[in-house]
Amino acid sequence: MSILVIAELREGDVRHATYPAVAAGKKLAALLGTDVDVVALGKGAKAAAERLKDFGPKTAWWSEAAGVADYTAEGHAAALAALVKEKGYTAVLAAATTTGKDLVPRLAALLDAGMVSDVIGFAKGDAGTEYVRPMYAGNAEARVAVDTPVHALTVRETAFDAAAPGGMAGAVAELAGVGEAAGAKVVGYQFTKSGRPELTEAKVIVSGGRGLKDAAGVKLVEELADLLGGAVGASRAVVDEGLVPNDLQVGQTGKIVAPDLYFAFGISGAIQHVAGMKAAKVIVAINKDEEAPIFEVADYGLVADLFKTVPQLIEKVKEVKAKA
Amino acid sequence: MKIMVPVRRVPNPDVKVRLKKDGTGIETEGVNFLVNPFDEYAIEESVRLTEKAGGDVFLVTIGGPENEETLRAGLALGAHRAYLVTVPAPLDSAGVAQLLAAVYAQEKPDLVMAGKQSVDTDNNQAAQMMAGLLGIPQACFAYKVAVEGKTATVQREIDGGLETKEVALPAVITADLRLNQPRYASLPAIMKAKKKEVKKVTPADLGVSPVSRTRVLGLSAPPPRKAGQRVASVDELVEKLINEAKAL
Amino acid sequence: MDFELDDIQKMVRDTARKFAREEVAPHAAAMDKSGKFRPEITAQMAELGFLGAAMPEEYGGGGMDYRCYAIIVEELSAVCASTGVVVSAHSSLCCDPIYRFGTEEQKRRYLTPLASGQMLGCLGLTESQAGSDASNQKTTAVRDGKEWVLNGSKIFITNGGPAGVAVVIAATDKAAGVKGLSAFIVSADTPGYKVAKEEHKLGIRASSTAELVFEDCRIPAENLLGGLGEGFKIALATLDGGRIGIASQAVGIARGALEHATAYAKERIQFGQSISNFQAIQWKLADMATEIDAARLLTQRAAWMKDQGMKNYGKEAAMAKLFASDVAMKATREAIQVFGGYGYVEEYPVERFYRDAKITEIYEGTSEVQRMVIARAVLRD
Repeated sequence: MSILVIAELREGDVRHATYPAVAAGKKLAALLGTDVDVVALGKGAKAAAERLKDFGPKTAWWSEAAGVADYTAEGHAAALAALVKEKGYTAVLAAATTTGKDLVPRLAALLDAGMVSDVIGFAKGDAGTEYVRPMYAGNAEARVAVDTPVHALTVRETAFDAAAPGGMAGAVAELAGVGEAAGAKVVGYQFTKSGRPELTEAKVIVSGGRGLKDAAGVKLVEELADLLGGAVGASRAVVDEGLVPNDLQVGQTGKIVAPDLYFAFGISGAIQHVAGMKAAKVIVAINKDEEAPIFEVADYGLVADLFKTVPQLIEKVKEVKAKA
Repeated sequence: MKIMVPVRRVPNPDVKVRLKKDGTGIETEGVNFLVNPFDEYAIEESVRLTEKAGGDVFLVTIGGPENEETLRAGLALGAHRAYLVTVPAPLDSAGVAQLLAAVYAQEKPDLVMAGKQSVDTDNNQAAQMMAGLLGIPQACFAYKVAVEGKTATVQREIDGGLETKEVALPAVITADLRLNQPRYASLPAIMKAKKKEVKKVTPADLGVSPVSRTRVLGLSAPPPRKAGQRVASVDELVEKLINEAKAL
Repeated sequence: MDFELDDIQKMVRDTARKFAREEVAPHAAAMDKSGKFRPEITAQMAELGFLGAAMPEEYGGGGMDYRCYAIIVEELSAVCASTGVVVSAHSSLCCDPIYRFGTEEQKRRYLTPLASGQMLGCLGLTESQAGSDASNQKTTAVRDGKEWVLNGSKIFITNGGPAGVAVVIAATDKAAGVKGLSAFIVSADTPGYKVAKEEHKLGIRASSTAELVFEDCRIPAENLLGGLGEGFKIALATLDGGRIGIASQAVGIARGALEHATAYAKERIQFGQSISNFQAIQWKLADMATEIDAARLLTQRAAWMKDQGMKNYGKEAAMAKLFASDVAMKATREAIQVFGGYGYVEEYPVERFYRDAKITEIYEGTSEVQRMVIARAVLRD
């Protein structure tokens, strides 16, 4: 029995989401009384393995072979399936990022493994490990059991605290025999560059919805976010209007976030949006519609015109910061 | 071009689900079921592809007879025919993938276009699993799809932006939110849908015995949030955030 | 007795509801304010087949039943009563009489473009001296060789402004009273046909309510609809069907008001709790819901009778319209009450629903006329 955590690399660096995944892996290993290993594939994998060996795994695997240099589900799943089968891992997991969601189900099929998506917790049950995961846009939590010898999981990165370095350093080992990805090729990327923190990592998020109306409204959101060192988020309406990039969408099928403080300006609070942000510690909503469902989930609700009140808020925050 | 579109019936995503008290599922009485919104994007994209290049779009759904209504709704969006695979009990994503792979083996489509996730289970697994079982390429979370001969070029929505991936057909593509704007089912299309073929098959007809690999043991409500409060002004809000919530 | 909608009716409901929510609702308030209906909406509805739902496919229609038609009008009216009546007046008051009483040639010429939504239609019946007393017609039609010459004017004609075709009732034999009225199909581009005035109204402000003026308006003899002297019979038969449409509109208005009131009640906190916890509010919502259900059932029953080919559904249609319009008045009044002050201001939609409801008690036969129709049937039985 042992656990394998799949690290995620982006442009040669370990993505932040890997650390909560490692933490989840360690937690699961402790629960089952077994060990955890990590694996990194792609450009910069060797350095990543060197780094991750200090975070608790027994072995940190890596490969920078051509077949996995660029991430493709086809290439990575094949390589990982071979590793899991060879070493006999009984659970393989990754953070539920777009990569994890793309990769792990394919890997699960190659291993004939049952899979649980978006795990937020687990416990020992009568018949084995019971995984807890959200369903119905987070309006229900399900306990799920896996009936196969190998379990495949994605874990919600906001549900586990990032792993910290410590304990005995693991061994670093290169993965051999990694083949080519058949029939699939990445031909380019378009990343939206921003100096702001990533939504899934930010402690403060300022988010806007249809009530922002246009670019002027978005500027207010950005101004407050920058004042507070936070990230900018959006509801689907704003993204669909082309006012912000697609990957700023917070919601059931977009980003799931759990910051300490979440501002929702001009957001009605549709089920799909709330699913993505209701785990925030403190939620503040400003909306001129008294009926808006967002007020059901907000800790502090202000029924007012955001174009009047957000500038006031910005001034007030500046004052407070100046005094501090 | 032959395109296979798996379709699933989900409870109206705009209405909060009510859980059964015994934790075995959700209350379905009075609940309106619709085609999974992501599946509509998949149907629309497939219909557009065949409108441009000719071909045949067939839908596949798995479950009981109540799914026929869902299939008709999908057919009213322009798909040409459908399969209803009747199973005695619901299957998990792995079981679904096994059945879809079996239908694929019979039909041999050029492309499988699926919705990225079902908004009830939120699993986001079946399409990828199907691709893995069949050993064909996948391009998930599609924002734009272009098909040229035997290659599909897909712009995928990933964390931080977009990735452009080329996959050789046959392949599995999953539709994300912004892939297209599905058409409304016009009345003539609704009437036509009534006459389109819905083939009812069993797993035995497809030569498989699908088995779920996971089991849902129970459902419970998530921990409730503490009730919130209204504030009357920005000043009051900031004061509370600093002193009460200690968030600023 | 099967109260369920069949597959087709369910699909029609779902598509109409989706269309109403996404393409009509965002514009409803603005259209009400400006008094202008968006031609884009008419064009989209034409494409979806909403303007000929119950007309046979051979004439460009959807080939569906009247229950589907009622469902479409209700769904549209639940977000915008003006949109609901555009469809209803066009379908019941213009398409229907041409379908039922027209010659094959007339159906090909006029019904097909109407049912396929290429143009809108209206019914020219009401005059300044002929409201409830519809037979008191002053508009005349005089035969002149191969033509009829129309003179007179019609008021309060729904869709009068944008209509491309009007079914017009006129007196062909003044001496014969009711039996001297005939129906005609008049193309709006006929010389001598004029849209003279648009009314500014309390409600359904985006729906055109116009005065049509005929000044030596010459139409071909073939445009006589039905037989000479059958005009009044055609008008009454047409209104029976129209009442199903208006009843559906009223049900839609009431339902829309209930939905808004319910959502608001859940959100509004007073005295430290959601007002939806208070019995006074709960009872209002309960009464609204019950009456709306009853009104819808009466409406669907009348539509069903028409679908079954029953000739005499006049009493049931009148009952549906009478009851539903009353329900629309009550529901919208209570909805504003649930909203309190917010219900009275333009920023919230319920005041529009309240204003829109009133007309359902008036047009296509006032509630008083409906009672006349029902009483006559009761006393006859």
